[in-house]
Amino acid sequence: MNDILKIADKEFSSRLFTGTGKFSSNQLMSQALIASESELITVALKRVDVDNEQDRMLQSIMRPNVNLLPNTSGVRNAKEAVFAAQLAREALETNWIKLEIHPDPKYLLPDPIETLKAAEELVKLGFVVMPYIHADPVLCKRLEDVGTQCVMPLGAPIGTNKGIKTVDFLEIIIEQSNVPVIVDAGIGSPSHAAYAMELGADAVLVNTAIAVSQNPIEMAKAFKMAVEAGRMAFNAKLATIKKHAEASSPLTSFLN
Amino acid sequence: MNNTFQNLFDTYNWDETLASINSKTTQDVEYALSKNKRDLEDFKALVSPAAAPYLEQMAQLSMATTKKRFGNTIQMYVPMYLSNECQNICTYCGFSMTNKIPRRTLTDAEILKEVAFLKKKGYDHILLVTGEANKTVGVPYIKHAMELIKDQFSNITIEVQPLDQNEYEELIEANLYAVLVYQETYHRDEYKKHHPKGKKSNFDYRLDTADRLGKAGVHKIGIGALFGLEDWRADSFFTALHLKYLQKTYWKTKYSISFPRLRPHSGGLEPKVEMTDKDLVQTICAFRLLDEDVELSMSTRESETFRNNIVHLGITSLSAESKTNPGGYVVEPQSLEQFEISDERPTEEIAEMLSSQGLEPVWKDWEAFQ
Repeated sequence: MNDILKIADKEFSSRLFTGTGKFSSNQLMSQALIASESELITVALKRVDVDNEQDRMLQSIMRPNVNLLPNTSGVRNAKEAVFAAQLAREALETNWIKLEIHPDPKYLLPDPIETLKAAEELVKLGFVVMPYIHADPVLCKRLEDVGTQCVMPLGAPIGTNKGIKTVDFLEIIIEQSNVPVIVDAGIGSPSHAAYAMELGADAVLVNTAIAVSQNPIEMAKAFKMAVEAGRMAFNAKLATIKKHAEASSPLTSFLN
Repeated sequence: MNNTFQNLFDTYNWDETLASINSKTTQDVEYALSKNKRDLEDFKALVSPAAAPYLEQMAQLSMATTKKRFGNTIQMYVPMYLSNECQNICTYCGFSMTNKIPRRTLTDAEILKEVAFLKKKGYDHILLVTGEANKTVGVPYIKHAMELIKDQFSNITIEVQPLDQNEYEELIEANLYAVLVYQETYHRDEYKKHHPKGKKSNFDYRLDTADRLGKAGVHKIGIGALFGLEDWRADSFFTALHLKYLQKTYWKTKYSISFPRLRPHSGGLEPKVEMTDKDLVQTICAFRLLDEDVELSMSTRESETFRNNIVHLGITSLSAESKTNPGGYVVEPQSLEQFEISDERPTEEIAEMLSSQGLEPVWKDWEAFQ
């Protein structure tokens, strides 16, 4: 079955997006990213030495079929985010930007107000904007209205590996969204990723759970398989979970 | 009302605090270890004598917690001393005003020479250090030095005399990232003994420096105590109290904790209360168990063996090959250092040590988006 994910003008056959932080070496990161078969890899612009074409981290990521997704990690407001995005476009030659605005450096929770402001401006400037946000259905619609090409609600606070804690809100977001929904943070194990995909998420983004695993390469493979399994299950339509027992003799048959 | 840390600090009494720490029991320690989110009472238990038998367990937990948040990486930075001129008397410091040493403040050309050396080593995060000499090394000098080097370093931190809020604002405008300011000791009377002269003798002005920084909107504030001046358990607690206060008050700011300690028989001031290697590990782990996200920093004051091992136990940033004298890298390598460096290994060797232990040294992790 042809199950391609389209975001803006790009098509993805892998629905597992990955990140580049926290790995114990660039070499291991490179191998894990290859094993994940991910086609969209996010990198913090602040980690890139933009003046150095030989930047080792970038070299460890780039291969055919891989799209670089710079992110604005480190900015605290819309103004800084717009500046960072422009810097990223110039330095990395892509108009894709993962918009992350977390003024709180402790839990790295996204600022919804600044994110909406920045998204609106960046769309006008011609960016493909992928905003990292709370699992807030109204905010997702507002972002869609200003032209973001997807939304990236969190499953749990970033880096916590706690899984899909925002399930009730994600279900609403998925139900209502006209743009792809990518579950971004908190996914700690392949079963969490599969679960998000079963709910109908269009993709997931995983970093910590792969990077900090004892064996990042095997873990990357496990995530790849889990995302595929979850997507396949979603497409195959899960059997419904029955909330009530169904009496074998209908209670209303006397009405007939 | 102008609320600052001092208001909170003044509600605490040193002796009572220390007694409370020392009265913590095995049960308190086990309770603290069993929790997911720990508070300051748990922190007291973890720095108490009762926690000593639990050091291995603390280290295991600390490593796992650090890894979750920071992954397998260590942020690298290097200090550059700009001046050893100083109008303070600090009993433990090589730059103390009454010490008869040649005084030097680096010129532009000298700064650039030192910078060229550090850039070759790969550094992108730099810590600028001065003594306190407001006429020659005041805000204009610091700002000028920052402007001189800002194209070469993504991330500039300073460790200089405490400044006023508007002065910090001026420096933040010029891309200042972080400020380190250690209270040395939170024991008011002992502080006076060690800082008899100069602006630094004002305990309260120093105590509220972090508040001025928070109000000015700096990205990161580094705090800490010079362990050995007083009881390290109590000083750790007050540092933790300070941290928690700051995090709640200035929630957009990041924090780091440093762990300088006086060593016995190293030629400098003898510690009043010795902090052993075990004590230091206990303290580092206690901070990590109190706060999963705070940066914990380790300088070259500590020995090779200690540093080789501590990088897994909670530390997230590391300096290497440091010189603590102005011009120490190239301009005047033979001049007197502020304090004795214990781990003198070259940067490349430290990077290699980290890699061989499965840790990626990170050189650049900041970009000024302003």
